[in-house]
Amino acid sequence: MAADPDPLSVPTAAPPAKPAVWNDPAWRALFFQVVVVGFVILVAVFLVKNTLNNLERQGIASGFGFLNSTAGFSIGETLIPYHEENTYGRTFLVGLLNTIWISVWGVMLATILGFIVGVARLSTNWLISKISMVYIEILRNIPLLLQIFFWYFAVLRPLPGPRQSLSLGDGFFLNNRGMYFPDPVLEDDFWLVTAAIIVSVAVFFVVRRWAHIRQDRTGQQFPVFWFGIGLIIGVPLLMFFAAGSPLHFDYPALKGFNFTGGSVMSPEFFALWLALSTYTAAFIGEIVRAGILSVSHGQTEAAYAVGLRRGPTLRLVIIPQALRVIIPPLTSQYLNLTKNSSLAAAIAYPDLVLVFAGTTLMQTGQAVEIIAMTMAVYLTLSLIISTIMNWYNNKMALVER
Amino acid sequence: MSEQIAHYSPGTHPDMPAPASIVGLRGWLQQNLLSSPLNIGLTIISLYLVYIIVPPILSWGFIDADWRGETREDCDRVGACWVYIRIWFKQLMYGRYPVTELWRINTAYIVLILAFIPLFIPGFRYKHWIGVFLLFVYPVFAFVMFHGDTAGLEIVETPLWGGLFLTLVIAVTGIVASLPIGIVLALGRRSNMPVVRALCVAFIELWRGVPLITVLFMSSVMFPLFMPEGMHFDKLIRALVGVMLFSAAYMAEVVRGGLQAIPKGQFEAAQAVGLSYWKLMGLIILPQALKIVIPGIVNTFIGLFKDTTLVLIIGLFDFLGMAQAVATNPDWLGFYVEGYVFVACGFWIFCFSMSRYSQHLERKLHTGH
Repeated sequence: MAADPDPLSVPTAAPPAKPAVWNDPAWRALFFQVVVVGFVILVAVFLVKNTLNNLERQGIASGFGFLNSTAGFSIGETLIPYHEENTYGRTFLVGLLNTIWISVWGVMLATILGFIVGVARLSTNWLISKISMVYIEILRNIPLLLQIFFWYFAVLRPLPGPRQSLSLGDGFFLNNRGMYFPDPVLEDDFWLVTAAIIVSVAVFFVVRRWAHIRQDRTGQQFPVFWFGIGLIIGVPLLMFFAAGSPLHFDYPALKGFNFTGGSVMSPEFFALWLALSTYTAAFIGEIVRAGILSVSHGQTEAAYAVGLRRGPTLRLVIIPQALRVIIPPLTSQYLNLTKNSSLAAAIAYPDLVLVFAGTTLMQTGQAVEIIAMTMAVYLTLSLIISTIMNWYNNKMALVER
Repeated sequence: MSEQIAHYSPGTHPDMPAPASIVGLRGWLQQNLLSSPLNIGLTIISLYLVYIIVPPILSWGFIDADWRGETREDCDRVGACWVYIRIWFKQLMYGRYPVTELWRINTAYIVLILAFIPLFIPGFRYKHWIGVFLLFVYPVFAFVMFHGDTAGLEIVETPLWGGLFLTLVIAVTGIVASLPIGIVLALGRRSNMPVVRALCVAFIELWRGVPLITVLFMSSVMFPLFMPEGMHFDKLIRALVGVMLFSAAYMAEVVRGGLQAIPKGQFEAAQAVGLSYWKLMGLIILPQALKIVIPGIVNTFIGLFKDTTLVLIIGLFDFLGMAQAVATNPDWLGFYVEGYVFVACGFWIFCFSMSRYSQHLERKLHTGH
């Protein structure tokens, strides 16, 4: 529609004069960014030039060639076979795997402990809630490194030797060489049990889907949870006995001055694991508490009002909403735990920082490459954890229309 | 019937006392410890836990502990040997700082405390001058006092610094330096200029994604490589640079949280009255944003304070490093626990009071609804 000339319209002012170049925001921004980039480049050139000079003076060839030369030192705990003649590349791998290993175990224990502490903190039982408060306030206000030292130098190292080991029940021994525990040994027929587990898990998912569809259509419920427990635990157990119990334990036994058989968890790993997970659990406890408190009491009352019992209320109403609040800070706790596992270097658990950024760096002097690789590893691990947790978070997030 | 039955018109009955099951000690016990069979069980388990944990700690730390004496023979090792802490107290507090010069550190402490007292007086009018003094004058004063070499003070090299003193130096320097860097980074991250934003994001995420210990390794082995030939920095400076970069990244995220919490109307209103970018930020946005994030800054400081213990890995003797070092003294081998408990108490007092203070601020600054 063409606009008719409106007799009441105010005559429009002339368009504002174009500002001078130095007053134009676009030009200013461009100028400023060019300056910043120039400055960064200057600093980078300065640093690189100095580094090259210094390296040349010290006679260190840069590059990643050192990864193929022989390491020449041994490592106490490795997840993959490793010996002195292996290369620095293999050392890197050993350290990396140890870092991941301790982080995974730490995350598991910290999550379990943290949820217990968080729920206990909200208990109506005064004593339980206060104990958990004392736990949180003590552990999170003391530096982690101090806690690691405490567990290692004050608790685990002064333990008696193997001959006076503390016995912690059947087949568990604690002494200054670590914690000995029975090692499960799978026999040939064990694959039957594994197969039974896989099959029953598959069946469980099919049944769950069927029950879901049926409930949507008819409203009839099916006890999926109890059925699942019965299926996933019962069937493999039956198969286990039917196959003639194809599993036995290799118990550690004192032979001479040391234990043989079983598995051993080194004091370094044990101290680091305990300290990392109890410390992180204090933070997770607070997060869990805040998450549960964030679900308003009206939700619980509404759930009771529509006739849900306590269990389903928790499972279907409270926990899904609390998780939304819990997951983002929980992610950063997992990241912290992974990064904190680098404190292993202080008690000589052979993680990435100790064997690679420590020993390898001392031996080769390739500071730039090694530190860059180490940092890249932690950045990648952080990225992976946050990607996984973001995916989970999106899955749990409120679906808004 | 001899009892008289009183008649009350509706609404005039005097209040009756609450039933015994909900008031007093019995009511409290019934509600908080014994409300259900499950709770009774939990109470019994917790009481047992308390029983096996608390009395041994008390008897170790106080009842059986040895407080008097000069040598390790004065300790019977049944309880804690606090003699050990008394003997090494100076080292734990000041490291190997010359004993005759300790007054310098103490003076700086006292000045700091005196400067802080007015900040806690509500209604004191010159708080911002104290802030200026603490941020710009005090660091220079403290450095001159600690390091010497000017004003007729004897020079004390940084390798002699140690103990709680070094921990405080690192933590305070880290926080004071990281705040301005963090603010600049946070502003950069929210800038409209893509290059600036990308650089700031990369910087922040790099330091936040790696552990402090690799940053310290980097600053201790790579920093010398970065500098021109012949330029030498001592270990403490290198550690400080690492700590600063690291905490600046965390600080930037805290400040960014504050910036995001400021409603858009504030920016628009400031622009509408014609303020330039720096005036807009400095006069309108940052004062509000920083106020919101004071608790976050305090929390970052607590984290940084605990993390300073990591400098012992690159060979500085901070509070924990000193405890670790004196525990290897041949005359006093095997007193790890006492040293750790002492250091833990020190850290705990600092961190706990700071976290309480931050909670207090959070309540005080919560001026919303």
